[in-house]
Amino acid sequence: MELLSGADMLIRSLQDEGIEYIYGYPGGAALHIYDALFRQDKVKHILVRHEQAAVHMADGYARATGKPGTVLVTSGPGATNTITGIATAFMDSIPMVVLCGQVASTLIGEDAFQETDMIGVSRPVVKHNLSVRHPEEIPEVVAKAYYIAATGRPGPVVVDIPKDMTTPNERYEYLYPKKVKLRSYNPAIRGHAGQIKKAVDMMVAAKRPVIYAGGGVVLGKASKQLADLAHLLGCPVTNTLMGIGGFPASDKQHIGWLGMHGTYESNMVMHHSDLILCVGARFDDRVTNATEKFCPGARIVHIDIDPASISKTINADVPIVGPVDAVLKEMIGLVKESAEKPDAEALAAWWKQIEEWRAFHGMRYETSDTHIKPQEVVEAVWRLTGGDAYVTSDVGQHQMFAAQYYKFDKPNRWINSGGLGTMGFGLPAAMGVKLNFPDDEVVCFTGEGSIQMNIQELSTCKQYNLPVKIVNLNNQALGMVKQWQDMNYESRHSQSYMGSLPDFVKLAEAYGHVGIRIDKKEDLEPKLKEAFAMKDKLVFLDIYVDPYEHVYPMQVARGSMKDMWLSKTERV
Amino acid sequence: MRRIISVLLENEPGALSRVVGLFSQRNYNIETLTVAPTEDETLSRLTVTTTGSDRVIEQITKQLNKLIEVVKLVDLTEGAHIERELMLVKLKATGSQRAEIKRTVDIFRGQIVDVTSTVYTVQLAGNSEKLDAFIQSVGTSGVLEVVRTGVSGIARGEKVLSL
Ligand SMILES: Cc1ncc(C[n+]2csc(CCOP(=O)(O)OP(=O)(O)O)c2C)c(N)n1
Ligand SMILES: [Mg+2]
Repeated sequence: MELLSGADMLIRSLQDEGIEYIYGYPGGAALHIYDALFRQDKVKHILVRHEQAAVHMADGYARATGKPGTVLVTSGPGATNTITGIATAFMDSIPMVVLCGQVASTLIGEDAFQETDMIGVSRPVVKHNLSVRHPEEIPEVVAKAYYIAATGRPGPVVVDIPKDMTTPNERYEYLYPKKVKLRSYNPAIRGHAGQIKKAVDMMVAAKRPVIYAGGGVVLGKASKQLADLAHLLGCPVTNTLMGIGGFPASDKQHIGWLGMHGTYESNMVMHHSDLILCVGARFDDRVTNATEKFCPGARIVHIDIDPASISKTINADVPIVGPVDAVLKEMIGLVKESAEKPDAEALAAWWKQIEEWRAFHGMRYETSDTHIKPQEVVEAVWRLTGGDAYVTSDVGQHQMFAAQYYKFDKPNRWINSGGLGTMGFGLPAAMGVKLNFPDDEVVCFTGEGSIQMNIQELSTCKQYNLPVKIVNLNNQALGMVKQWQDMNYESRHSQSYMGSLPDFVKLAEAYGHVGIRIDKKEDLEPKLKEAFAMKDKLVFLDIYVDPYEHVYPMQVARGSMKDMWLSKTERV
Repeated sequence: MRRIISVLLENEPGALSRVVGLFSQRNYNIETLTVAPTEDETLSRLTVTTTGSDRVIEQITKQLNKLIEVVKLVDLTEGAHIERELMLVKLKATGSQRAEIKRTVDIFRGQIVDVTSTVYTVQLAGNSEKLDAFIQSVGTSGVLEVVRTGVSGIARGEKVLSL
């Protein structure tokens, strides 16, 4: 058997796990590991400019590919800088392994230089964390970390590695485990047959059914099964913000996404339905609005891999714990076999009603002769990229506009921080995607607020040649905050205005990229075209949009799903 | 409602703090918590008493089950069970109080386990209500110090919580 140092074992374990890229930043406690990295060339390391960005890069990669991302940082500040990224991944159930250096085990507890209890600090925002207690354990710990991160309901796993676990001249036998088994962790592999049957009977009998599909469909690679089932049932399908792309936007049965800024028709359909089939979503407060007023006439079937997501905020009539793809497949089989067929007459009446709702609002917005509207920017980008780009987003109004007006037909293309709402996510996430899909178009929608939270990564983009397109919907304000202040605080814009904006064109150029400013309506289309024609260049598009625009529809706070503002003046 | 949840936990450093962290992080109550290794040294047994609506209790058990180090758990209050807590109490015991306290201790089937000329130390086991009742009977004014272990519990009959 081979003898390796702890540091070499760690890197070998990554190789054996099939890891191609890791994202990170070196420092004292991780230096043995960085040396081991240097002495091989299979695992490639991307040096970011801030550890938070390393985590978002790994996260973007994971969201686009479905495979766990990997981060490597040092102890203390290196580790604590990853926390926002880890929390972001945790809230959206993104698989990821974060390897953190730690001071030597002999120093732990002594307030040593750059010592932070990373196991303690990260505990509430990880699926699990592990510390290495002997160098020999490293292969097993790494295998466990990836296994836990990627199976069941995915999530981030932190591995804490004291420096003396990676000492170069102490060698141990290396063997990477073929299989990991944990007696205390056994994610469900199929749903309960009786419950599935019961659910199918209810779905077939329903008069006003709707499928409410979440990020679990994307993470669980179940879009094909979802579409098959929806087509068999003939019912409308709405996605959550995290589930966008899990069902094709261009499909006739798609009614847009739901919740706070969802489409009028989705929220109306939900409220008036008699049966909701929830697939891999979690009835979060940005979807349900006031839970006590939630969908009064609906019975609920809820499929989720995580039992704790079921009946947490909204009670499920038929809970089904299991992987969504397997459960949907069983449902498809049962619907096909079923003697009862969906009620065509009831469905026709239901669709007639839905089409009326669709026609009533239909995601309209007012255009202007003077101002560029953020919505029309998104629509233009959608057209110019053939609707087939990987689109990442930061957080704010621009995020909602991007999600509303870019129509996604494929899963894993819409990449945003839905659960935590992390400003600063968009650019590094786009970089993680571009690195792994160099031939695909990768667009980051951002705002002048959000982009400045991780703008230093323009430097990383230069170093590794990551020609993403940054579309800055510059409204010269923390627009989403300002919108809330307009609506709830009589337009007292407390700290939501950003003075002293940098010249983003010069800034992009200073980092070695191309910057384009667009502030005239007639320039929008030609300059966007110009930008997207520069395939091998990072282009920063600084687009001055209407600073007074609000995102609509918007649910009325503490109302039911159907209580919405449709514009600044229309409330239904 | 008050519940007693019994948990088999991997006997590993950090496992207990994950359980305790879960309760504070998700705003659940902990009334009592006891934990000790079992006959299988790789496992600890933890008993927690908590209160909450049915929905909250369901969430607590589901969230606990989600912790990787939780091997198995049972809500003992769902079936017939035995609940015990141990209490040590120091009581002021002088003059006529001494006989009175002795009588009360006997009624509650406790034991006086340490004596000075002015103080009795009493040991008492039982369910939590019984321990509360004892304190009430002797009167809080005479109580110098109380220490309780928190609740341990086990199901009645054939049912066992094991691997
Ligand atoms: C790290 C972080 N801090 C604060 C917030 C609160 N927040 C949500 S949206 C927003 C404004 C974002 O401004 P900008 O990026 O310019 O986007 P806009 O809404 O103007 O499109 C803020 C401050 C957040 N989501 N994330
Ligand atoms: Mg802005």
